Amino acid sequence: MLKLNNVSVKYGSFTAVHDINIEVNAGEIVVLLGANGAGKSTTFRTISGLSKPAVGEVLFEGEKINRKSADQIVQLGIGQCPEGRKLFPAMSVEENLNMGAYVHRRKKGQIKQSLEHVYELFPILKDKRHDAAGSLSGGQQQMVAIGRALMSKPKVMLLDEPSIGLAPLIVEQMFEVIQKINKEGTTILLAEQNANAALKIADKGYVFENGSIVLKGTSAELFANDEVRKAYIGA
Amino acid sequence: MSTISNRKIVIPVLILLAVFFPLMTQNNTYIIHVMTLSFIWMIGVYGLNLLAGYTGYLSLAHAGFFAIGAYSLGILTVKAQMNFWLAFLLALVITSVIGLIVGIIALRTKEHFFAIYTLCLGYILYLVIDKWESLTEGVRGLIGIPAPANIGPIKFDNELSNYYLVLVFLLLVVLVMYRIIHSLSGRTYIAIRNSEDLAQTIGISTMKNKLTVFVLSTFFAGLSGALYASFVRFIGPDIGAIQITFDLLTYLLVGGIGTLTGPIVGTLLIVWLSQFLQDLQDQRMLIFGPILTLLVIFYPRGIVGGVSSLFQMIRSKGSQKSTTVSKGRTAKEMVIEKNTISDKQVKEG
Repeated sequence: MLKLNNVSVKYGSFTAVHDINIEVNAGEIVVLLGANGAGKSTTFRTISGLSKPAVGEVLFEGEKINRKSADQIVQLGIGQCPEGRKLFPAMSVEENLNMGAYVHRRKKGQIKQSLEHVYELFPILKDKRHDAAGSLSGGQQQMVAIGRALMSKPKVMLLDEPSIGLAPLIVEQMFEVIQKINKEGTTILLAEQNANAALKIADKGYVFENGSIVLKGTSAELFANDEVRKAYIGA
Repeated sequence: MSTISNRKIVIPVLILLAVFFPLMTQNNTYIIHVMTLSFIWMIGVYGLNLLAGYTGYLSLAHAGFFAIGAYSLGILTVKAQMNFWLAFLLALVITSVIGLIVGIIALRTKEHFFAIYTLCLGYILYLVIDKWESLTEGVRGLIGIPAPANIGPIKFDNELSNYYLVLVFLLLVVLVMYRIIHSLSGRTYIAIRNSEDLAQTIGISTMKNKLTVFVLSTFFAGLSGALYASFVRFIGPDIGAIQITFDLLTYLLVGGIGTLTGPIVGTLLIVWLSQFLQDLQDQRMLIFGPILTLLVIFYPRGIVGGVSSLFQMIRSKGSQKSTTVSKGRTAKEMVIEKNTISDKQVKEG
C-alpha cells in the first residue's frame, strides 16, 4: 500500500535519512523505532510531502507521490498526526476536529458522521467540545490530534510519537484506541520510542539508527532481539 | 451568551451613530471631512488586517497598492476621460491583478523575508509612480480628479454625500470581513498563521489560500485608494510612500491586530489625536512612539484585545463567584483559562 524505495532525505548537505526501504501493507500496524534524531520524523515528513526525497521514491497504492504537495497527499488518503500534539490552541475542540475534515469540507453529512465517530472513540472530547484546545490536558490534546487525523478519513494514518510525555495509564489507553482504529480498517504507521507498548500492537517494525534502518522484522522477532531489548525495552 | 445579545444591540447603535454623526456635528465640514478620510483609511487597514492579522503575513507594500488604486482611478478619469464608475471598477481590477502577480512571487518568501521583500516592493512601486512622468505626472501629481459621478438622482458634490458614500463602502467591507472571519476560510487563515506545516498536513493548500488573502488585501487597499482619489481630488506620489504603510500599520497595532473592530478603533483614535496635535506636527512622533511601544509590550492585541480580555476576566471572576460552591475550580484551571482566552480574542475581538 505504502512503499519507500531507497529514499534519502537531505537538509542542506546533512543527510537526515539514508537509503531506507519501508513497506506497509493494507491493514497492518507498522512501527518505526528509534531514538531522538534517528530519522523517524524526517521519514514522516517525507511521506506527507513536507520534505522531498533527494534520492528514491515514495509509492502510495502504486502511484508515485514524492513530487506531490502535502495537501494533495492528504487528499489521496494519507492522514498525519504530527509529533507534540500540534493543535490550533485558540480554536475549540470541535473546530480543531472540523479542520481535520478540510479535504471533505463540502460533504457536511460525512463530517457529522466522522465527528460522532471521534466522540465515540473519545467520549471526554464530547464534553469538552466547546473548550479551547489549548486548555486541555496532554492526554486530551493527543486525543484531539488523533481525532483530527481521523476526520480526513485516511487510508493510512501516520502517528508520530503519540505516547510522548503522557502518563503510562494514558499511553495504554492511547494504544488501545490505535488498535481499535486499525481494526476498523485504517492502516497505521507509527513512530515510537516506547518499543514495549508499540511492539505489542504492531505487526512488524523497523529500527532506525543515525538515519538508517539497521534492523527490521516482525514484532515477535524484534521483541526477542537482544539489541532491541537492551536499547528500547530495558530488560 | 450575553456577548451575542450585546452585539445585537451595539452594532445597530454604532451604525446609527455613524449615520447621524453629521447631524450631531451640525454639518461641520471640517469634522465630516476628517471622518470621511478616516473611514477611507479604515478600509485599507482592514486589508492589512486580513493579511497580517489573520494570516500572519506582514506586507509592507500596502501603501503601494493603495497608490495603484488611487492612480488607476486618477489616470483613467483625468487622462482617459473615462466614465467615473467604470474607471472605479477598473481601478479595483487593476490593483487586484497586480496584487495577484506580485503575490505569486512575494509569497514564496516567509516571515521577515516576506516583510523585507514587500518593503522593497512598496518602495519600487513608489519610485515607479514618482519617476514615470508621462503617465503619472511625477511629483506634480494628478489634479482635477472628478468627484464620484451621480448614481441616478444621488449627487456626490459635497462633503456630506461623500461621507455617506464612503460609509456605505466601509460597512460593506466590515460585513465581508465578518463573513470571512466567521467562516471556514477564516479558520483556515488562522490555521496558516498558527503553523503552515500543520495546515498543510491536514490538507490545506497554503499557497492557494495565502494568494487569495493577498489579492483580497490588495483589493481593499485599491478600494481605499480609489475612494481617496475621488474624495481628495488630487494625488501625488507621496500617497505611495512607505510612511503611509507605517501609518496604516500603526492604526492596526493600536486598535488591535487580528481583531475585527481593531481597525475602526485604532484609526479613529490616531486620526483624531493627530488632528488635536496638529500644532505639534514635528513633535507628535515623540508622543506616538513611546505610546505605541508601551502598547505593544502590554497589550499586543491592541486596545480591542486589551479591553476584551479585561471583560473576560471580569466575567470569569463573576462566574467563578457564582459557581465556587458547585464547581470549586482550582487556581491552576483559572490560569489556563486566562491564557486561552487571550488566544480566543483572535477570533472574537
